[in-house]
Amino acid sequence: MLTCKEFLSELSDYLDEKTSLELREKLQRHITECPNCWVICDTTKKTIQVYKGMQSCTIPDDVHARLMAAVERKMAATKKTE
Amino acid sequence: MEAPSDELDLVARAKSGDSAAFSALINRYEGKIFRLAMNITQNREDAEDVLQEAFFKAFEHIDQFQGNSKFYTWIVRIAVNQALMKLRKRKSDRTVSLDEQIDTGEDMVVREVAAWDPDPEERFSREEMSQILSEAIDDLTPIYRTVFTLRDVDGLSTEETAEALDLSVPAVKSRLLRARLQLRDKLNRFFKRKGDDAFAYM
Repeated sequence: MLTCKEFLSELSDYLDEKTSLELREKLQRHITECPNCWVICDTTKKTIQVYKGMQSCTIPDDVHARLMAAVERKMAATKKTE
Repeated sequence: MEAPSDELDLVARAKSGDSAAFSALINRYEGKIFRLAMNITQNREDAEDVLQEAFFKAFEHIDQFQGNSKFYTWIVRIAVNQALMKLRKRKSDRTVSLDEQIDTGEDMVVREVAAWDPDPEERFSREEMSQILSEAIDDLTPIYRTVFTLRDVDGLSTEETAEALDLSVPAVKSRLLRARLQLRDKLNRFFKRKGDDAFAYM
């Protein structure tokens, strides 16, 4: 059986489903027999999920307006010098 | 993350000086770049500067964009460099780098193992959750929060993240694992199931 340390070092690839089938089976066997690693695996998975769900990428209106104004000035200046 | 099929066309038009096409590229990616800059700099004013400087540089150098990577990966690379420069200016006594040596093992310690509620986020309001998540991510070193944001929040692949940050694939993987474990550790005290006995691990 894998040690907990070996399990942890493969945790990311396991959660991303990037391991070989053979390794995946070993990792799955480990978490069915090791409650600590099962919890770590489950809570790390939830950590990723809450971040995926919560972090908005909506830009504040004032930031957007200033960016567009600055870029337009830059574009206009570039055109003048051409 | 698939590049939208019209992206090549927008980039080609922007290269030939079509400002509407460049504006369309900005509109497509400004939110993600701003979020990334906020996550790295942890400061709204700095993040806004990074956002503007990144698009200025992209505008100035778009003729150098080869098109063999996605426009987003290219602009992420510019934005990350700008954001790190900001951090270096602020913390002039500390080197801020994405490829600095990582302590072996120590930052992979799992301090506490406790099961969480099935939907831990339901215990908090949206505002509280947002505060908890942003404080936890702000606590990570720049290396970790950048890799975590690109991989787990933005959804870039490991290879794309490596390309955007000029790191090797194994370097991205090891940083991602540590970032995830550290965040898990930080969220644990908010999300662990009440009444569960916590016990030391490893």
